[in-house]
Amino acid sequence: MRIKLKVNEEVREADVSPDTPLLYVLRDDLGLFGPKFGCGLGQCGACMVHVDGRAVRSCITPVEAVAGSAIVTLEGLGGPENAHPLQQAFIDHQALQCGYCTNGMIMTAAAFLSENPDPSEGEIRGALSANLCRCGSHTRIIRAVKAASQKQNERGAK
Amino acid sequence: MSLAYKPSRREVVIGAGVLTIAFSLAGLLPPVVAQTGLPGSLGKTPALDAWLRIDAGGGVTVFTGKVELGQGIATALAQIAADELDVDMARIDMITGDTALTPDEGYTFGSLSIQQSGMAIRFAAAHARQILIARAARRLGATPDSLRVEDGLVFAGKESVSYWQLAEEGLFERDAGGGAAPKPADERRYAGRPIQRRDIPSRVFGQQSFLQDIRLPGMLHGRIVRPPGSGAVLAAIDEDRISAMPGVKNIVRDGSFLGVIARGEFQAIQAAEALAGVARWSNQARSSSSQELPELLTSLPARSSVIAEKDRGARLVAAKKISARYTRPFQAHASLAPSAAIAQFDGNQLTVWSHCQGVFPLRKALAQALRMDTENIRVIHAPAAGCYGQNGADDAALDAALLARAAGGRPVRLQWMRGDEFRWEPFGSAMVIDISGAVTGDGRLADWQCAVKGFTHSSRPGDGAGNLIAARHMANPITPPPARNIPRPTGGLDRNAVPPYQSDRLKVMKHFIAEGPLRTGALRSLGSYANVFAIESFMDELAALAGIDPVAFRLKHLGDTRGRAVIEEAASRADWGSPMTAGHGRGIGYSRYKNLGGYLAVVAQVAVDADSGEIRVMRAVAAADCGEIINPDGTRNQIEGGIVQSTSWTLMEEVSFDSGGATLSDWLSYPILTFDQVPLVDVHLMCQGPKRTTKKPLGAGELAQGPMAAAIGNALYDAVGVRLRDLPLTPEKVRAALQEKGEG
Repeated sequence: MRIKLKVNEEVREADVSPDTPLLYVLRDDLGLFGPKFGCGLGQCGACMVHVDGRAVRSCITPVEAVAGSAIVTLEGLGGPENAHPLQQAFIDHQALQCGYCTNGMIMTAAAFLSENPDPSEGEIRGALSANLCRCGSHTRIIRAVKAASQKQNERGAK
Repeated sequence: MSLAYKPSRREVVIGAGVLTIAFSLAGLLPPVVAQTGLPGSLGKTPALDAWLRIDAGGGVTVFTGKVELGQGIATALAQIAADELDVDMARIDMITGDTALTPDEGYTFGSLSIQQSGMAIRFAAAHARQILIARAARRLGATPDSLRVEDGLVFAGKESVSYWQLAEEGLFERDAGGGAAPKPADERRYAGRPIQRRDIPSRVFGQQSFLQDIRLPGMLHGRIVRPPGSGAVLAAIDEDRISAMPGVKNIVRDGSFLGVIARGEFQAIQAAEALAGVARWSNQARSSSSQELPELLTSLPARSSVIAEKDRGARLVAAKKISARYTRPFQAHASLAPSAAIAQFDGNQLTVWSHCQGVFPLRKALAQALRMDTENIRVIHAPAAGCYGQNGADDAALDAALLARAAGGRPVRLQWMRGDEFRWEPFGSAMVIDISGAVTGDGRLADWQCAVKGFTHSSRPGDGAGNLIAARHMANPITPPPARNIPRPTGGLDRNAVPPYQSDRLKVMKHFIAEGPLRTGALRSLGSYANVFAIESFMDELAALAGIDPVAFRLKHLGDTRGRAVIEEAASRADWGSPMTAGHGRGIGYSRYKNLGGYLAVVAQVAVDADSGEIRVMRAVAAADCGEIINPDGTRNQIEGGIVQSTSWTLMEEVSFDSGGATLSDWLSYPILTFDQVPLVDVHLMCQGPKRTTKKPLGAGELAQGPMAAAIGNALYDAVGVRLRDLPLTPEKVRAALQEKGEG
């Protein structure tokens, strides 16, 4: 069946079965590459997207459940010309190795920073503790999230 | 299909401004050297035009047989090429592993890419520049040493000619060999500096970056259904039910290989799940009880050999002796993405996109498995999640090829499910290491007797297609090649089994088991991880026996000055010897990788919760000597990651299995370290900065795995006085050891 989705501020349509996980619709039908398949079980976080501002695991979210919601993917968060502070911080701190978990780290952290704009290192660790990274880039990711929060706060103060 | 980097015109140096390249060649032209034995991979592929091409449009294309695994090699190789050619790095387009385009450099493994590909590209590019300069000199009517180069523009006074004008067909159709010497280290503009990796922006912005992101016209989706156990045989399937499912194009069966192709990805997943439900298998009995290590290991027959022996005729009469057994379980690569591949077969030509470590060896295996000529197969590397050795990449490539043969010319994108990877990847081998040793009254190491036993650490496709899962399951199967140990000096099972320390008497034995309960293969650092854990733990046990500080005891027995330097540096940076609060401890681990590569010492600082038994690694301070470093930030990133990954292996990782294979299914059955458990990491690189000396590159990617494991075990002992020798060092084992100590 045809399902209408609001993705990255555009209305998009896909012809899929309503129980299809959002991840496959985004990647295969809408041509978005930000969210990744890591486990399909909601365990690793690589598939994270924002649904109405909350970080949601798209691999276990049926597409029909988010038909009326505002969906944002990594592409919608920012691009080379208008990088989100987290995206820029991940580049500045070279906060990845293979980069397969990066989508989940940035999307989780972005939703977290909007709730907690000035987190401690411990709070950042806690916020990301359900996102897996196998390359061991954790310490750089923590630094990048901290740097992005500071940058956002500086902007906010101006 | 290209995932090539689209460079901006400027590469960014971390923490510095933009580089400009403009300097005179006067007086800098390198002497022509007579070369015996070409550097790196040039020995195997001497043709200059195999390595680089000047493009008339103003770019330089550099070809490497190595591949990007998330270690940043494509950036490092571009740095090297840009330096030698005197061009802006943004002009360099890197083509990585592709059997149609690049040199055959075997596998990307063993912390060898800079040594093999980097040095080949450095010498090839230096030779290419010399050819271009000679040509420019003729064109400009000047002598070569009066010319200067600015970003590919060759100047004689105000007259200039560009590389792009000078380039013509056949210019590099000659062998490297009589060519130029590369620049001295202090004249390099990129190599040695922390240039930002060129592949990071695409990953951060969600642009097409990975094999998983490739979309070809008409592409279908495939999934496979593996047997329920390693010995199971496919008896029957009710195809009709599955064929009628939405989107299903084909069910592919070849012996016990079973897969499905569908129009949509989720349709393929649903069809595969249904297919697994209707497939009937014979011979699928598996004993339910999990087998115990190390009893299993010690009971299996092995081929034994002595790998090192020495006897200075020392008298051991007055010596104090101890012995210990160290063990390591099977461990998983556990790549974040399950393996994937894309294949297309037009009836004659097969093209496979794979995240394998070696496109040429994989092509050879595919040809054998599919009974095709290698000339009719092209394998193209595309990046995926980090692999840390041989994961399921090669296996998935054959799976995809088998599916593609049934797809009527359309490309098939295959992705394993999480459970496929956890049950079928080639695991890191379980090992048992027995060591006995003796110290004299004055604290001298008098005797070291060691025996290491385990399975193969190499079952790569280049050894034979029978190393691939599907080749074993096909109706016309291919028998796996005999298990082999990688020969010394690098070794596989016995990698780093010979201690670096001086002992009056020494004997190291290897017991190689040819067949085991699980398929095993190369996991980052191979046998080195457990061997260094054992050696460095035992050094601490001997130091305690001798009543000598562990760092001092190591230095007393280590002659290698570079090894001594990293130990001293790490100890000093970690405030070795300063007091710690109760329940906290510090431990050191050291090795020179393969006993011939890079050096690394690391001090781990832990806090031990006596009630829960949990070891929390608070901090790791490492010093590494990797010889010449092309990209210090990339090197640091690799070592930081190695330390964190080794912490995860060491504290919690163990593959459960029974007679039918691994019994893992997901991240709950194979937990890895999470953010709340990750230590702070501080890595110091030796010989960097303006004083850096010209040293050969020694590699970096695998240095931390063994030393970090030992550092944690030694820190545990320092913190609470218990010694654990059976990896992983879980809370249950710590609690049991503390209880035993309390009762003792």
